[in-house]
Amino acid sequence: MRVKALAMRILWQMRRDKRTLALMIMAPIIVLTLVSVVLAGPALQVTVAVVNAPSAYIQALDDNNIRVIQCGEDAAREALETGAVTAAVRIDSGKLSALVDGSDTARSQIAVQALTAAQNGMTLRGISGGRPDLTPDITYLYGSDDLTDFDHFGPMLIGTIIFFFVFLVAGISFLQERNSGTLEKLLSSPVRRWEIVAGYVTGFGIFTVLQSTLISVYVIYVLDVMMVGAFPLVILVTGLTAVTALTLGILLSTAAGNEFQMIQFVPVVIVPQVFFSGIFELSPAMEVVGRFMPLYYVADALEGVMIRGEGLSDIIGDLGVLLCCAAVFMTANVLLLKRYRKI
Amino acid sequence: MDSCISLKHVNHFFGKKQILSDICLEVPYGCIYGLLGPSGGGKTTMVKIMAGILAPTTGEAFLMSKKMPERRIMGQIGYMTQGDALYPALSSEENLRFFGALYGMGRRELDKRIPEVMDLVDLAGDREKQVKNFSGGMKRRLSLAAALLHRPGVLILDEPTVGIDPLLKKTIWEQLRRISAGGTTIVITTHVMDETQNCHRLAMLREGTIISDGTPEDLVRRSGTASVEEAFLYYEREGERL
Repeated sequence: MRVKALAMRILWQMRRDKRTLALMIMAPIIVLTLVSVVLAGPALQVTVAVVNAPSAYIQALDDNNIRVIQCGEDAAREALETGAVTAAVRIDSGKLSALVDGSDTARSQIAVQALTAAQNGMTLRGISGGRPDLTPDITYLYGSDDLTDFDHFGPMLIGTIIFFFVFLVAGISFLQERNSGTLEKLLSSPVRRWEIVAGYVTGFGIFTVLQSTLISVYVIYVLDVMMVGAFPLVILVTGLTAVTALTLGILLSTAAGNEFQMIQFVPVVIVPQVFFSGIFELSPAMEVVGRFMPLYYVADALEGVMIRGEGLSDIIGDLGVLLCCAAVFMTANVLLLKRYRKI
Repeated sequence: MDSCISLKHVNHFFGKKQILSDICLEVPYGCIYGLLGPSGGGKTTMVKIMAGILAPTTGEAFLMSKKMPERRIMGQIGYMTQGDALYPALSSEENLRFFGALYGMGRRELDKRIPEVMDLVDLAGDREKQVKNFSGGMKRRLSLAAALLHRPGVLILDEPTVGIDPLLKKTIWEQLRRISAGGTTIVITTHVMDETQNCHRLAMLREGTIISDGTPEDLVRRSGTASVEEAFLYYEREGERL
């Protein structure tokens, strides 16, 4: 009956660990709900800017559930760059020219199909304005026609993986500092509280520059994910991601009593961020939630650099948000350390 | 101020629970001061207040005439925690280099000082060894070495000789007496009565109050008993200070 004793002891432990119980019940429910929201989201709405085309063509597009905006060339270009439309199209003397934003593979594929199908449809119906002998000229502003789903998810994955590991490692390291008594020993020396946080950020920061370089090189050059922008920018973004993750990890580790409890933060802190980070189609309300999460800005910046070839000035907004997050978490950490030493 | 460490009417609470009641205590310079009492009596809390890690709920604490807690004076204190505060993945030398750097010790200084303290605690041959491979007694000794590293004016040691064999205990006490003779003030907590003969002065602490203090001889004489242990039991029974 030793087996029974061991099994019973485990059950007694579970019963006393209310937190684990709550997590084992709530975490699957939350994650499943998120998945259902994300995957059962609204059908993809593709918007196309039409600069010049016969009205029959526009009608054909409309029939195919493509939202059409009619505007001038400059406005169309701008809409394309801000992501408001997926493609800008003009038909001149029967030749179709389209400029496509290929960074969202799902949308771009729908757009290209619809654009060419609408023109073919016009020809079949014998409506003038189409020249079937002229092949459509499809240019990709961002991405290309052979972009895979991995290219779409790749940038965000780099960010998520780095966030995940740094969060855990930094959080657990600080937790061990607390539990082993070394934090108390540190605080018995003339060290200042902010120096402890700064030391952690610097030490882990150096380590993660190495880690993110390795991961980025692997994903970009070995796994061959699309990469148009500057590699140093990728390292800059991942570096900031790591700083944000580690300061958040240290902050939350104050709420964890042991490593097991720290890991329980993963389904609460990391998983929802993946869903809201912008790679999945979400209803506008849900999208707003995403903006409160650091990973949203990480994904945006990485995608910008890797797929749209954006430069520092383009991603400065995202970087600014991440810096603010890190600053807030660091300040909170320094203040929370007062719990262990008043001065 | 004449005393190295001075506690005036210190009361300390953790939440609603009172840990220390009206503690008044003076530790003279160069003294080996022993805090005696059973576990849970408040000894650790008291030394943490002396070291500036805790601020007393009410009352005042002074160390070297500075009102505690005061971060800048902490460089003068060598604090040894009750449990071992060491980094298991690092070697003993790496541990000591880290702690030394916290006290502003430079590389050259540490190159000289580390072998000295390792010698003092009889760990000279284990500089490269990872602490996770140390026995309990070895960890205790390394903790002591870390507290001595920066030659502090005040040593606060919380149960330093727990888990150490009698022979090594004797050696450590020899070192402590030598350090004390050099002018360092030492505060030690213990619940092992036979160590008290090494102390210049003692305070007996039980449930957060000082039930008696003085030199070991004073305590034995005043209680009319034959040893410090018996004196402790006497004061506990009598329930009041003499």
